[in-house]
Amino acid sequence: MTPPRPRHDRGLVRPYVVTEGRAHPTRNTLDLVALVTAVPDRPLNGLSPEKRRAIELCRPGALSVAEMAGHLALPMSVTKVLLSDLVDSGHVHVRPPVPKAQLADARLLQEVLDGLRSRF
Amino acid sequence: MGSAPVSDPVDPIDPIYVSDTVTTAIKILVVGHFAVGKTTFVGTLSEIRPLRTEETMTQAGEFVDDLTGIPDKTTTTVAMDFGRLTLNESLVLYLFGAPGQKRFTQLWQDMLNGALGALVLTDTRRLDQSFDIMGLLEEHGMPYAVAVNQFDGAPMFPEAEIREALDLLPETPLVTCDAREATSGAGALISLIEYLQTRTPQEQG
Repeated sequence: MTPPRPRHDRGLVRPYVVTEGRAHPTRNTLDLVALVTAVPDRPLNGLSPEKRRAIELCRPGALSVAEMAGHLALPMSVTKVLLSDLVDSGHVHVRPPVPKAQLADARLLQEVLDGLRSRF
Repeated sequence: MGSAPVSDPVDPIDPIYVSDTVTTAIKILVVGHFAVGKTTFVGTLSEIRPLRTEETMTQAGEFVDDLTGIPDKTTTTVAMDFGRLTLNESLVLYLFGAPGQKRFTQLWQDMLNGALGALVLTDTRRLDQSFDIMGLLEEHGMPYAVAVNQFDGAPMFPEAEIREALDLLPETPLVTCDAREATSGAGALISLIEYLQTRTPQEQG
């Protein structure tokens, strides 16, 4: 008898298993470019493997919510649910990307322009 | 003796991470029809290996069903590519490349939310395919510039003709770029930012 072929597909676990059945994050304020870092020295007992992976990923430094999703190979929606939970449980810290009032700020645009010009 | 040290010296911070001096992160959308060069554009400018996420869209209420093998399954996959560019020690720019969607999705909402503006990539052979996306951006009040991605062998038209074909407002920037060239791509982004500046009230003093 041939043993069943090992299944390597990283999409094997269905997204809604990862999120414990939920489709929506506990907070809807997680911007795709909000910066996520792990809070040091928090116990990981009882966390799902995906949550542990998420914490390990942002332990060495900050990553945006979108980058977390990319590195974890999880859909954005699922990543937001995971990260919201981890914010609630105090395992990760999320920095909002930019104060709303500053978005149309002339100084910010000038900084972007200067940055692009100096890099290319 | 060739014995390796037991522990390596502390690694410099992995370049995949955002520098810890960064306080502000902004995003610009790079949108356009299928195969217009969005992924190339993002990849050329990004300082990190570009990342991709895929979202499976299902009809409301059916997301708990296993649709595998059902011929007329109601799922579609939306992929998004993105990259990062550090502009100075405190500022990073994220570029999000995504196709236009007929159906407005949470992913689109997330991308539009807080974006500075959008660059619409287009191809002179398929200008008509840009209408949906431009309409979507206008509907959401997202300012945009249009960049013709110059494919080898694609017909060249005078700017006025392209403007007319796309029905652009006189103030909407129209530039030509080569998505494979960083300087050229950055030039298109610079046109977009300069346009955004004209829409922003200048600060006093």
